[in-house]
Amino acid sequence: MQLYLPIAELSVNAFALLGLGGIVGVLSGMFGVGGGFIITPLLFFMGIPPAVAVATGANLVVASSVSGVLAQLKRKAVDFRMGMVLLAGGLMGSAGGIWVFAWLTTLGQIDLFVQLSYVIFLGLIGAIMFKESLGALLRSRKPGGPIRRAHVHYSVHKLPLKMKFRASGLYISVIPPVLAGAAVGFLSAIMGVGGGFIMVPAMIYLLGMPTKVVVGTSLFQIIFVTAFTTVMHAVTSQTVDMVLALLLIVGGVIGAQIGSRLGLMLRAEQLRILLAVMVLGVCLRIALGLLLTPDELYSIAPGRFP
Amino acid sequence: MMLRTLLLAAVLALPVQAQDAGSTGETIVAGLSQNLVAITTNFTGSEILIYGAVKRDAPIPAGAPLEVVVTVQGPSGTLTVRRKERRFGIWMNTESVTIGQAPSFYAIASSAPLGESLSETENLRHAITIPRAIRAVGISAEAADAPVFLEALIRLRNEDGDYTLDESNVTLAESTLFRADVALPANLTEGEYKVRLFITRDGVVVDKHEEIITVNKSGLERWIHNLAHQQPLIYGLLSLVLAVAAGWGASAGFSLLRR
Repeated sequence: MQLYLPIAELSVNAFALLGLGGIVGVLSGMFGVGGGFIITPLLFFMGIPPAVAVATGANLVVASSVSGVLAQLKRKAVDFRMGMVLLAGGLMGSAGGIWVFAWLTTLGQIDLFVQLSYVIFLGLIGAIMFKESLGALLRSRKPGGPIRRAHVHYSVHKLPLKMKFRASGLYISVIPPVLAGAAVGFLSAIMGVGGGFIMVPAMIYLLGMPTKVVVGTSLFQIIFVTAFTTVMHAVTSQTVDMVLALLLIVGGVIGAQIGSRLGLMLRAEQLRILLAVMVLGVCLRIALGLLLTPDELYSIAPGRFP
Repeated sequence: MMLRTLLLAAVLALPVQAQDAGSTGETIVAGLSQNLVAITTNFTGSEILIYGAVKRDAPIPAGAPLEVVVTVQGPSGTLTVRRKERRFGIWMNTESVTIGQAPSFYAIASSAPLGESLSETENLRHAITIPRAIRAVGISAEAADAPVFLEALIRLRNEDGDYTLDESNVTLAESTLFRADVALPANLTEGEYKVRLFITRDGVVVDKHEEIITVNKSGLERWIHNLAHQQPLIYGLLSLVLAVAAGWGASAGFSLLRR
């Protein structure tokens, strides 16, 4: 069934979109990721204009994060205070990202910038994840490996403006969480992702937060940052496609439930290796697009640019 | 005052009419299968039938045969054409050329190859062929090889089915009755589409006729598009509400199912 998208202004197969949402939902259910960093590049490959894909991707992450945070709230695994601090940084970062996005659009370099960001971050995260999970898999086969220390003091603990985060059991400066929030907010605006795949490692390794509150807190602040990003994109560039978002959400919601059940059948290390391979695959596909000689050197954009 | 305006209009109109009627006395009577195209949710393109007849007071003149040229032109806008080049090992947009006015859609159908049915002077006067329908004044200042960008624009739009040229699409019977089918693609821009019909003899336009097709998004599509562009803040907030409702609904629905 062909469906006309009112903002992207093209006709696409509705079932293909539902399926795409479903696949990403399965992944997000299996791996506990928002899926924004997979769905946005897949939308590029389908021919959706990158600007629309990014803005709609942000809208999509709102839906999956709301769904996720409700489950975490029931387990009381959300540090609201930390969430607010991260959010303050996130909103600043997002506003900056929106501005850069609009500026690069007039220069005609937005597609390149978005694709480069994807190559760099997917490559980095994929490689780290692959190495780490491969190590974990080998360790689990060979008992008696080194044990990680429970609490480590990093240099970030020496910064001023300290604040108590009771739910996380932390007494640290607000500067690193604000900066981490800002960085992720910026990426959210540029790449149309929630940024959980960067936020979660940052919270564990940089801030030293306990793992049990990390996912809930990250989801909590992602909701607001992506919500802000969605509205800003809608206002500055009118690129949020409601019909596209709704189809992907419906597919994603169903897929997430299937995925969470599939996830129970596989072991955590195997799951992470699988995710790492997939992330690297998407990264490679985008990188090839930039490196190989394109079929078409010319492109048309409506409007007049300096 | 009123009378003077009318008189002026009549005087201005006279020579043109006299010239048109004076040449061969052939005029176009034409119609369209539809004057309104609605882009609905399941819109996948549309086919417009343009039909008509040549009205004449005298028998069919001898000499060069009568030919029919039909053009359908979508709303025009300013465009930027960009070219990629390899820089630092990756392909990126470097040079660009701004095209002043280019139609979003342009189809030409004719009963004979345009080389035979239309002289270059008449083409210039009526802006019939695709390169003539695009207004690209002063592009040579923007890039050394600016015409290449113009060719690329035409080629890209041709590949997408937006610019088409079909030199055998008009069927003409007895130099009098004609019909042309023009396909409108799925990615239509909203606005007024100008349909022009020309009859020519020996490359010279004998008569021309114009019709308008209005293309509108309709129903939900129209509502969403208009809201997004006229009330972007409300649209953005509405998208959020939908997303939050979907996320909450999904989690609530599935926890109910699990129980």
